[in-house]
Amino acid sequence: MSLWDGAINALSWAFILSGSVFAIIGAVGTLRFPDFWSRLHAASITDSAGVILLLAGMCLHSGFTLVTVKLIIIGVFLFITGPTSTHAVANAALVSGLRPKEAPGLVGAEPESLAESSGDPKEGAQ
Amino acid sequence: MRTIGAAIILMALWLLLSGIYKPMIIGFGVASVLVVLLVVRRMDAADDDRVELRLKPFETAKYVVWLMVEIAKANWAVTKIILSPNMPIRQHLFAIPFSQRTDLGQVIFANSITLTPGTITIETESDDFLVHAVSYSDSDLEALADMDRRVTATESEGG
Repeated sequence: MSLWDGAINALSWAFILSGSVFAIIGAVGTLRFPDFWSRLHAASITDSAGVILLLAGMCLHSGFTLVTVKLIIIGVFLFITGPTSTHAVANAALVSGLRPKEAPGLVGAEPESLAESSGDPKEGAQ
Repeated sequence: MRTIGAAIILMALWLLLSGIYKPMIIGFGVASVLVVLLVVRRMDAADDDRVELRLKPFETAKYVVWLMVEIAKANWAVTKIILSPNMPIRQHLFAIPFSQRTDLGQVIFANSITLTPGTITIETESDDFLVHAVSYSDSDLEALADMDRRVTATESEGG
């Protein structure tokens, strides 16, 4: 146990604790935000900052071992699957007719494939 | 050539993930790599559908580092909105044109938008993405156009 080990240990705990804080902030945001679309944004805090900091902390904790390699592979997978699943949820909501509430003074863009079918949301959606 | 490359990558993945280097376990690894290669070759004969990674390695690494910084900044911005007592949200749905030629480049751009908290790609259209922002400001358009240029810079020629 040297000073170096102590520093690495402290740094890894700092990463893990701050990652946990961001995960909790994401949960708080999911509860506080008013509607579906804004809640998606709150959840993405947990997805990005929470995951990155927690994985970085765990990598430092395990040092140069196979566990670190596995953690990095998990991180790469989450970086690809996280936004893809968020997009899938958001796109499903858009296709089924849910529109975000625009802030005062702003006009939202209308999706071109859905523009002509204002009545039945299933029409025009593939 | 492709088969040999795939075999090396799959075997390396097995060795990294298993961590047990006994002859029997490594034998299982070799056997599963061979089965996977056989299945992949047969599937290739069936539909000949493949995804090619045409990216410049150095530019891509630079982009990943830049994206990390953007994610950190955007996280901080959304965290401040969540924790502030009156939650100044300003939702807006808008279109962002993209300039990537390959499917892979478009996927990277769309996923980068979603990965940065505060903006989500909702729909892909023929030449732009529909993006939803939780706290829209006019500088967002310029910031996303900048990201679009950076993603396009990672695409290699002839893609």
